[in-house]
Amino acid sequence: MAEQLVQPTAPTDGMPVPKTEAEAEHTHGGVHDPNLHHSPEQIKKEIRVYLIVFAALAVLTAITVYACYGLKMPVHIAIAIALVIACTKGFLVAGFFMHLLSEKKLIYSVLALTIFFFAVLLWGPWHHWADMIGHQ
Amino acid sequence: MEHAHAAAHAEEHHDFEIPYNVHPRPDTGLYNAKLGIWLFLASEVMLFGALFSSYILLRTSAPTWPRGWEFLNVGLATANTFILIASSVTVVLAWANLRLGNLKWGRIFIGMTLACALLFLVNKGFEYRHEFVEHRLPSTNNFMAIYFTMTGLHGLHVLGGVIVFAYFIGPGAKMWTTDRARYTNRIEVCGLYWHFVDLVWIFLFPSLYLM
Repeated sequence: MAEQLVQPTAPTDGMPVPKTEAEAEHTHGGVHDPNLHHSPEQIKKEIRVYLIVFAALAVLTAITVYACYGLKMPVHIAIAIALVIACTKGFLVAGFFMHLLSEKKLIYSVLALTIFFFAVLLWGPWHHWADMIGHQ
Repeated sequence: MEHAHAAAHAEEHHDFEIPYNVHPRPDTGLYNAKLGIWLFLASEVMLFGALFSSYILLRTSAPTWPRGWEFLNVGLATANTFILIASSVTVVLAWANLRLGNLKWGRIFIGMTLACALLFLVNKGFEYRHEFVEHRLPSTNNFMAIYFTMTGLHGLHVLGGVIVFAYFIGPGAKMWTTDRARYTNRIEVCGLYWHFVDLVWIFLFPSLYLM
């Protein structure tokens, strides 16, 4: 059992103190928190996933360097390859290491807002670039 | 009398205790620090996003733009990429071991993360030194200006991670004896920050060195 499961609910949390360990396991302020309910077997499975993701990230890094630096690709191809691989690596880090694949809705809402404003930031140079093409 | 004093003290302590630092709030479904770090990371996305936006603007506006690998040290930067990826794994393994109740391996993995972060900074130092020796300074051209700005800001974030991990492997680890769940949550929050630092480098590395 993960150690944090045996932590009694602190009265300072404003929550009732569970009477037993089993009760503590299922009472977290009335909210189900997957991180607090993982068994050692599940955590060990997660560790295997982390190591697989690590291997994938290492391979993708090697491919990026070989394709863009080793083969001295033309700029536009190098940019396309590097961006596709960087986005894949970003997905692996955010999805598995940061657990975004199984996160709470509120986090997704915060990130949706962030992505919107990030897109606004990138729209500026994109608009500038598209404008230059029109004048060429 | 003594009992009443203790109760008053406890009540006073209760007033200043930050709630939901272990258990999730019923309304958000998250413990406070986790929501807090995600909001902080959202602001960090905007900070680095503005710099990436500037980089694209400078590059698309310039009649010619150098390719980083022509003069930057790609070997050292590639090594740094592997180091940061490795540190992302070690920090998540530290968290997993703490959840298993294994402080010893938790600390070992935090130590490995710290070592990776320091190694990254040492390599970065060698890179900067080489650029300075070759008289490639932030004032040399727009490429070098954005290179030093973005890698410098990223390096400061790595340094921030070094300080935090050094604290949690040392004096901060005392919390394990008093509040294991809270200590474990703190490592999770540090890990989220550290993964973000890795994520930024994943995009910085090809943008500056390979394209």
